[in-house]
Amino acid sequence: MTEKTPFVDIRHAQKAYGDLEVLKDINLTVSKGEIVAIIGPSGSGKSTLLRAINDLDPLSSGEVLLEGVQVNKTLPHRQYEKHINEMRQHIGMVFQHFNLFPHLTVRENVTMAPKLLKGLSNAEADQLAEEQLAHVGMSERIDYYPSQLSGGQKQRVAIARALAMKPKLMLFDEATSALDPELVEEVNLVMKKLAEEHMTMIIVTHEMDFAASVCDRVIFMDGGVVVEEGPPSVVFQNPTQERTKNFLRKHLAQYAESSK
Amino acid sequence: MGLDFSVVPSYADALFLGVLWTIAITIVSALLSFFGGILFAVIALYGPWMIRLPFRFFAWLFMGTPLLLQLFLIYFGLVELGIDLPAFVAGVIGLGLHFAVYNSELIQTAILAVDKGQMEAARTLGLSRTQALIRVVIPQAVRDVIPPIGNNMIALLKDSALVSVIGVSELTLSAQLAIGRTYRPFEFYAAAAVLYYIINLGMEAVLRRIERRTQLSR
Ligand SMILES: Nc1ncnc2c1ncn2[C@@H]1O[C@H](COP(=O)(O)OP(=O)(O)OP(=O)(O)O)[C@@H](O)[C@H]1O
Ligand SMILES: [Mg+2]
Repeated sequence: MTEKTPFVDIRHAQKAYGDLEVLKDINLTVSKGEIVAIIGPSGSGKSTLLRAINDLDPLSSGEVLLEGVQVNKTLPHRQYEKHINEMRQHIGMVFQHFNLFPHLTVRENVTMAPKLLKGLSNAEADQLAEEQLAHVGMSERIDYYPSQLSGGQKQRVAIARALAMKPKLMLFDEATSALDPELVEEVNLVMKKLAEEHMTMIIVTHEMDFAASVCDRVIFMDGGVVVEEGPPSVVFQNPTQERTKNFLRKHLAQYAESSK
Repeated sequence: MGLDFSVVPSYADALFLGVLWTIAITIVSALLSFFGGILFAVIALYGPWMIRLPFRFFAWLFMGTPLLLQLFLIYFGLVELGIDLPAFVAGVIGLGLHFAVYNSELIQTAILAVDKGQMEAARTLGLSRTQALIRVVIPQAVRDVIPPIGNNMIALLKDSALVSVIGVSELTLSAQLAIGRTYRPFEFYAAAAVLYYIINLGMEAVLRRIERRTQLSR
């Protein structure tokens, strides 16, 4: 296991916006099938790190590798574009605000990229849409527009859209934090199902319960560094760092209050 | 001498033909202005500067000078350069480009207003920037400006009367020809006004339908 190349390998990731250093020399590996939660206070750099993995927010320095292939290669513009578009087909991403394409139906949202990038025929694309939407429990709404769906339904379609590209890795950036509380569970269930299918996932979340029950490893970030990492049982129950304890105290108190 | 509308029916055929030409020039110019507007918007936002700068000048020319002058320039002026366009073609180019520039301004603003998350989501799936623009951003931008573009198309219909001066025998020119024969300007201009109004109603109905059909996709 240890001598194998890691599935995802983040090396010396550093990112600054002007004088503001948002990521400070982050090193992180994720193995195949592993489910990693990234937690931490607002502004700690969680989204920035996640978005660096598919080079949506390019790092200032450092490397991101997927199965040994560098994602953020330095290449002439045209070659880089070709390379990154290819890499991104393997890296699914789910956003806090869904970002479904409102002018397309649910079916078209799911099939647009596979048709365009993999040359699927209409029949193949329809079959793919049916499969993927069944997987997230959205078969019934296949010909609806996003405007006709609830937030939870939108997010499930967004997950199906990402899965339709058959990615090797899925990134979630607070997939449930824009949802009404009663809609969170249906999305969590879909993510749990993916976990059971051994999809490799990196999940930025504020939901400690979910992180504890689904993830193999929890990474606590603060101020652009990884402060503490380990299995949820250790990070949540026996954190060693003061900052982790503070965060968990605040967060769990908040959580306890909001769920009253 | 009082008004006498009884002369109008005998010119019904000529007026009807004028209506057809007006509809034809409006539809063709509207299509040109629509697709031209999208193209110009993309050039203005994403074109290389060697294209963008002359384009700004061209846009300024079309917005800052009278349409009538532009029609004269295209129909009579270009002849000197050896480009002798049929009146209908010159009219369509003039009207189409003039309104394409206005549509382009609307579409540019709309493209910039499309949520950044749309481009991000498309890029994340592996689409190139161009693919994302064509499949995701531009369709939404165009959808968002259908109502104001519709208003431009109504203005285009009314301004199509200007092509009568370069000899396109559309509704206004048909009315003028009838007046030349009968010396009944009020009757024929009034008849033409009613006919324009009816075409206008038809056009508004079509536009409303298009708007309604895009309702769900917001
Ligand atoms: N485009 C940008 N320009 C300047 N600063 C930015 C930009 N994007 C993010 N930042 C800053 O980088 C820091 C980290 O942001 P990031 O979004 O990664 O935090 P986060 O951990 O995801 O927070 P949250 O929990 O609120 O989503 C913040 O201080 C933020 O203000
Ligand atoms: Mg964030």
